[in-house]
Amino acid sequence: MSVPLEKVGRRLVSAERLGVSQNGRRILSGIDLELFGGEIVSLIGPNGAGKTTLIRAILGLIPYQAGRVDKAPGLVIGYMPQRLEIDPVLPLTVHRFLRMSANVGKDEISEVLREVSVPQLREAQVETLSGGEFQRILLARALLRNPDFLVLDEPAQQVDFQGQIDMFELIEQLRTRRGCGVLVVSHDLHMVMSATDRVLCLNGHICCSGAPEAVSAHPEYVALFGPRAADSIALYHHNHRHEHDLSGGVHQAGSKRHDHALGN
Amino acid sequence: MLDDFFWRALIGGIGVALIAGPLGCFVVWRRMAYLGDSLAHGALLGIALGLVFDIDFTIGIIASSIALVALLILLQRQNRFASDTLLVILAHGALSLGLVAVSFFEGQRLDLMVYLFGDILAVGRGDLIWIYSGGAAILAVIACLWRPLLAITVHEELARAEGVKVSLVSIAFMLLIAVTVAIAMKIVGILLIASLLIVPAAAARRLAQTPEQMAALAIFAGVLAVVGGLFGSLEWDTPSGPSIVVAALAVFLLSFVVGAGRQLIRPRHRPIAEP
Repeated sequence: MSVPLEKVGRRLVSAERLGVSQNGRRILSGIDLELFGGEIVSLIGPNGAGKTTLIRAILGLIPYQAGRVDKAPGLVIGYMPQRLEIDPVLPLTVHRFLRMSANVGKDEISEVLREVSVPQLREAQVETLSGGEFQRILLARALLRNPDFLVLDEPAQQVDFQGQIDMFELIEQLRTRRGCGVLVVSHDLHMVMSATDRVLCLNGHICCSGAPEAVSAHPEYVALFGPRAADSIALYHHNHRHEHDLSGGVHQAGSKRHDHALGN
Repeated sequence: MLDDFFWRALIGGIGVALIAGPLGCFVVWRRMAYLGDSLAHGALLGIALGLVFDIDFTIGIIASSIALVALLILLQRQNRFASDTLLVILAHGALSLGLVAVSFFEGQRLDLMVYLFGDILAVGRGDLIWIYSGGAAILAVIACLWRPLLAITVHEELARAEGVKVSLVSIAFMLLIAVTVAIAMKIVGILLIASLLIVPAAAARRLAQTPEQMAALAIFAGVLAVVGGLFGSLEWDTPSGPSIVVAALAVFLLSFVVGAGRQLIRPRHRPIAEP
């Protein structure tokens, strides 16, 4: 697989001294960041750190009070929100749900479902999907816009352990295949994945940033999450041509235990 | 043979069912049943406006409904009271204002019962023109707004991120309900309009796989209710508006039976078996 070179390294989004307040409360201040094509950036931080607020400000969904956000001209963003519950009173097949974001045909939908490894779900009712299946459908919807930049808010929530690893592997493949930039939000430190190029550690401001190892050793990071958190990052930052079992040990690929999200 | 007035009632009722089907689906999906009901209550103020300014009642009702929607949107901005509280204040306020205003008109040129329960058998040519021209306009706007409206119904923020003008679309939707209420009032009356929007849509749910199917089935259920209710009222000499709603209720109950039967024949698709 070769990364589409023309997309890689292009600056997609930048923020300068970004500050956001809501109901008179300062949630974010002095945020500087730059995000590039072909790069996977993980945004981590404790609950209430302002992670979702930051991506909403970047996406232009909420106003910000200080600083600025710049986007590359013509930038197409694929967004996967944190929680999306479809009211069962609305009958919706996966196919129909995916057709909502962009004017796409049957073939494109089948193709994107193959890309997220759930081709069999096309005609399923959305309300019958499991958590992991629905997360993949949400990802597919973001992909249908043919985005330069993917913003994923907790893409692996409500998914079991193996499902989380599968989801992050999928995101890495997508980056490689499509060359898009990816910003992944996670509150779960275990899931700062091996594919992450950079970690941004947020707690109202950016505490520290850099390669996963560098961040995990950073004093501010350790102060925020405690010394044990550093170990858990290290655990996942290595070659992942094997699978983890539920106890955190390692066994060889091909003996997956929990693969119902993938359907294989 | 059927009389002319009965044919007009049938044609008018079917016209309203055509509008109420798709719009009612959105009312159900967006959980706005109460808005339709409130607008209907407020319509009495529109009738009073019609009397005071000597204008067509339908125009008076459209004007007062739009004013109610505008006030509601303004008041929603202040974040102190929830929407249901505001709706009661506005709707019952408008209803009472209307009743008080109407009482000033000596001689009672107005039979209130007609407006509360409708008088489909008195539907005239002018009403039919209102229903079909207004209805065509409403359906055209729904068709244009279908995709964004559905998108904000599923997830407002995702829709906004994908470029949908959320507040514009939702205001347009509320105005559509306002106009529909004004047009449909003659058929079932203030007290029963909301049921014409909601019951057929609810009946359609169990049998539909997609939003579009549900809208089409809601139209079908609404037409069935109008036809059944009107013939029932003719047969048993019952009031026409409530008869239509009773028929709609019967269709709703029937949809449960049909839905359950379908499920027995073809179990609901469960894509992946648990390991």
